[in-house]
Parts: sequence; C-alpha cells; structure tokens
Amino acid sequence: MSDLLLAVGILCAINTGLALLLMLAEAVIVDTRDRSITINDTQIVTVPGGRPLLAALKDRKIFIPSACGGRGSCGLCKVTVIEGAGPLLATETPWLTAEEQKSGVRLSCQVKVRRDLRIRIPEELFAVKQYQAEVATLSDLTHDIKQVTLKLLDPPEITFTAGQFVQIEVPPYALTDEPIYRAYSVASDPCQPSQIELEIRYVPNGICTTYVHKHLKVGDRVTLNGPYGTFGLRPTGRELIFIAGGSGMAPIRAILLEMARTQNPRPCRYFFGARAKRDLFLVEEMRRIETELPSFRFIPALSAPDPDDRWEGETGLITEVVGRHVTNAAQAEAYLCGSPLMIDACIQVLREKGMPEENIFYDKFA
Amino acid sequence: MEQLGFFTILFSAVFTNNILLTNYLGMCSFLGCSREIKTALGLGTAVSFVTAATSILNWLVYAYILVPFDLVYLRFIVFIVVIAAFVQLVEMIIERVSEPLYNALGIFLPLITVNCAILGVSLFMVIRNYTFWQAFGYGLGAGLGWALAILAMAGIRQRLAQRSRIPRGLEGPGIALIIAGTMALAFMGFNGMVSLN
Ligand SMILES: Cc1cc2nc3c(=O)[nH]c(=O)nc-3n(C[C@H](O)[C@H](O)[C@H](O)COP(=O)(O)OP(=O)(O)OC[C@H]3O[C@@H](n4cnc5c(N)ncnc54)[C@H](O)[C@@H]3O)c2cc1C
Ligand code: FES
Repeated sequence: MSDLLLAVGILCAINTGLALLLMLAEAVIVDTRDRSITINDTQIVTVPGGRPLLAALKDRKIFIPSACGGRGSCGLCKVTVIEGAGPLLATETPWLTAEEQKSGVRLSCQVKVRRDLRIRIPEELFAVKQYQAEVATLSDLTHDIKQVTLKLLDPPEITFTAGQFVQIEVPPYALTDEPIYRAYSVASDPCQPSQIELEIRYVPNGICTTYVHKHLKVGDRVTLNGPYGTFGLRPTGRELIFIAGGSGMAPIRAILLEMARTQNPRPCRYFFGARAKRDLFLVEEMRRIETELPSFRFIPALSAPDPDDRWEGETGLITEVVGRHVTNAAQAEAYLCGSPLMIDACIQVLREKGMPEENIFYDKFA
Repeated sequence: MEQLGFFTILFSAVFTNNILLTNYLGMCSFLGCSREIKTALGLGTAVSFVTAATSILNWLVYAYILVPFDLVYLRFIVFIVVIAAFVQLVEMIIERVSEPLYNALGIFLPLITVNCAILGVSLFMVIRNYTFWQAFGYGLGAGLGWALAILAMAGIRQRLAQRSRIPRGLEGPGIALIIAGTMALAFMGFNGMVSLN
C-alpha cells in the first residue's frame, strides 16, 4: 500500500514539477507584450502577443468561422493578413489556393500574433457573436417540423437581416462525442431582436435534429452563434418569386414578415411545396399576410395529396406548379430555399422562363 | 561490460549501432519527412538536440529519483512526460530566440515528442547501465546517427525524384523502404568495429 502511495506521490511530484516549470517558462520566455491588430483599416484592437490570431480575435468578440476549433484541419478560418504575419506555414498551405497565398490569405488559427498586424475580414463578421439562449417554446408545426423559439439571454439581443442563419451548438450526447454545429435559418422578423424562431425538420438519425426533436425541452439552455449568410431580399423593385419546400419556409417567412411590416409594395408570389396536407404549415399566417400585402399571393402545392385531404388547391411537383403559373420571368427575381435537388430543378425551370441566372438567389440546406 | 569512453560510444551510436538503421526506431518521421534535404536537416538537428538533452535529463531523473525510491518500473511514463515537457520548453525558447528557425522547425518539434527513437534512447541507456557521460555520448550519437540517416535518405530521394523513373507500384513509401533496407545493409559494414551491447 505504501509502495503504491509512494509511486503515485512521486509521479505526481514529477508531473507537477514539470508543469510548474513550463508555466514559469511560459511566463518568462513567451513574448506576451501587447500588439495591435488593425482590422479593415478602420478598427484597431489590442491583444496580448503570442497567441493564435483566431483566439486573439475571439477574445475581442470578433468571430471568424471555424469548425475544427483551431486545429488547422477545417480550413475555414481564413483571413487576409496584409502585414505582420511572417512566412506561410506548412500547416496552412494545403488549405490555400495559389491565388489566396499570393493575396495574403492565411489560416487565422495557425498565424500567431507576434508583431502588429493589419488584417482584412468580411465586414459582416463584425456582427457575428456567440449567444446563450433559453428554449422559450417548442411546438409541432407538422408531424416532422418543430418550431423552436429561443429567447436570448447573453447578449440579450441579436441584429440580423431577414434570410440569414445562425449555427446552433449541439453538446455531446448519445449521437455525438464532441460538440457539433448546424445551420438553421431564422424564421422570425428581425424587428424582434430578443428572440428568434427556428423551423427544424426531423432527419432520421440526424445528430442535431434528433437532439432538438427528442431531447430538447422548454427552459433548456442553447448556445448559438451568428448571424451568417447573404441570403435575403435585394432592394431592386423587381417582381418577386419565392419557392420553398419543407423547412425551407424559414428564411422566406422572415422576409415576408418584414415585407408585411414595412408594407413593401413589390409584386410577389410564394410557391410552397409539400407532399400532403399534413406537411403544410403556417398557411393561416400566409393568408393573413396576403390580406396585409395586396400584392402578395401564397400558392401552396401538394405533390401527393391524401384522398382524405380533400385538397382543392394546386397539385403536382413544385417545378410543375411554378411552370404553370409563371409565364415570363425575364423581369423577375427569385429566392429559393430547401433541398439541393429541389433548388437545382427550380433553377432549371426559371431559366426556361427567361430569368437571368444572376437574379436567382438560394440557400441550399445541405 | 568494459567501460566505453564518451567518444567511442558517440561514434558507435552514429555508425555501428545507428538507432534507425539497426533498431528501426523513428521510422515514421524518417519516411514522412525525408523528401527534401532542407526539412531533413531541420528535423535531424532538432532530433539530435532533443535526444542529447533528454538522455541527460532522463538519466538524472532515473538515477536520482527512480532508482533510490525503487520505482524503475515507472520509467516509461516518466521518460515520456520529461520528453514532452522538454520539447515544449525548447519550442518556446526557439520561438523567442529565432523566428526563422522556429518557422522552419515549428511543425517538426511537436512531431519529435512522438518520435519513438527519443524514448528508445532513454530506455537503452538504462538497460545498458550507462554512466552519466556514456548516456550523454549515446544520446548525442543516436541523434546524430538518426540525422545522418535521414539526410542520406533525403539526398537519395531528392535525386530519385529528379532523374529516375520508378515503377508505379513502388513510388513514395515503397521505394523509400527499399532504400532504407539497402542503407541498413550498407551500415552493417561498420558492424564489429565497436559493439554497444
Ligand atoms: C444555410 C443553411 C440553412 C439551413 N436552415 C435550415 C432550417 O431552417 N431548417 C432545417 O430543418 N434545416 C436547415 N438546414 C439544414 C441543417 O443545417 C442540417 O443539415 C439538418 O438539420 C440535418 O442536421 P442533423 O445534424 O440532424 O443531421 P446530420 O447528422 O448532419 O445528418 C444528415 C443526414 O445524413 C445522414 N448521415 C449522418 N451521418 C452519416 C454517415 N456517417 N453516413 C451516412 N449518412 C449519414 C443522416 O442519416 C441524415 O440523413 C440549413 C442548412 C444550411 C446550410
Ligand atoms: S479553425 Fe479549422 S483550420 Fe483554422
């Protein structure tokens, strides 16, 4: 027994000694003097030197997208460093094209802040933050789509534009050993900054959707970050065509709620595809928006209606329905949301109707 | 065992008992980083430095802590921890003192922590009951021997890449292993000059 204690004691002593030595060395040797980072030539932040740029920016509440947590294995955390980064590292080259290397693009998790830096990042990343939220309501929109309302606690408000998405963090649970992130479009009006609504469709065995549908309860805490994305209404004045299927409703709903609130007069039609009546949701809300916005028409279509549905509206695949309703799309603009297959098929139809490719915007839920 | 001097041990660790070519330790980084002379030189230098220093450190820990307390069975875990801590320390120092060297070695240093040759050196030194100076000579020699082997390999591979047509199936690690085998045979020529065992 005493042998065992001695062994454990000595081992602990050696490890503690080494750890102390390393901490001491870090304090003495590593150059942690403050450095300044000039961002987009407009903002200057001061950070302690010696740390990776990604972490240093995160401490200053500037979030660069990153999926691997700074291990250099996802290649997402790119920023352009104009000055002060030092030579390209072997860990970065696999992720950067020749062109990016030439223009100074670097992986921010690999670049250490050793000198004053000048960097450039997309303007919208300034707005990206991490939020703690609480599940305020959880309700079934259909048999497989849940509406989740998240009340933001810290920070208490989020600024986003209609069409953008957030990433929610799924903590480790039965289906995942490490935290994972999944993107969900915000379905609520941006004028309500203190809570957001998401519409989440259940994917059998999907890590995040199983978590949301089977484990999440009202009152639970959720960590999310965002907003991301450039999907959203362009201010052109052209006629609008929205097309969505299933949970693709989410960002379109946010856009429509905003249009209704601001009394946007642009002519617009919304084609919503579902299989049967039980897959339709928010129809009443859409009908209400029709009364508020005289130029808006909601066109739900069922591809496989149940005989019991007694459906009298449009039937057929959403591409067929769009094909029947839209005659000339040359002057219109389209916003599509849903599965990649549906989007590709719809783009095809819209092009046949004369819509230029650059007027078609979409978010693929892949 | 007769008492071998510092230089005899050093010499034999480089040539007659090359840790890579006779013990086959440190193979993964040897195969992985031997495409270019420049990287091979960087890694070789780093390995030599780390083996020399950790053989001393581990000798001290072994002789003054593990033996007196009768804990030699803990040597594996203790040696590994000492090596890992030392590599971290070296990394910090190099980063502070010379940034170009740090950038050149940066990714190799953490690789060294998991290089089995380094642990092998420390373990051989206790199995063979080396004195302090012998341990130092062996550590330094083993590192230099490893560096010599990887440099020679990189030289050959660089040439091969420039002017040889290698059969498809043998490209990359295949031909590298064949070269390593041939090199090991060549080094057997030194055998018998001095024996460490
Ligand atoms: C910009 C954007 C916005 C989005 N907005 C929404 C939204 O508003 N609402 C919404 O519902 N979704 C949205 N999505 C989709 C969402 O991000 C998720 O992809 C989706 O919810 C599935 O996540 P999951 O973790 O449940 O499934 P995952 O675990 O990612 O699995 C997805 C599918 O792959 C299968 N799968 C998983 N692992 C394997 C494996 N190892 N081998 C084979 N198959 C496997 C699963 O069975 C499942 O069918 C959006 C996506 C993007 C990119
Ligand atoms: S965060 Fe994944 S590569 Fe930098």
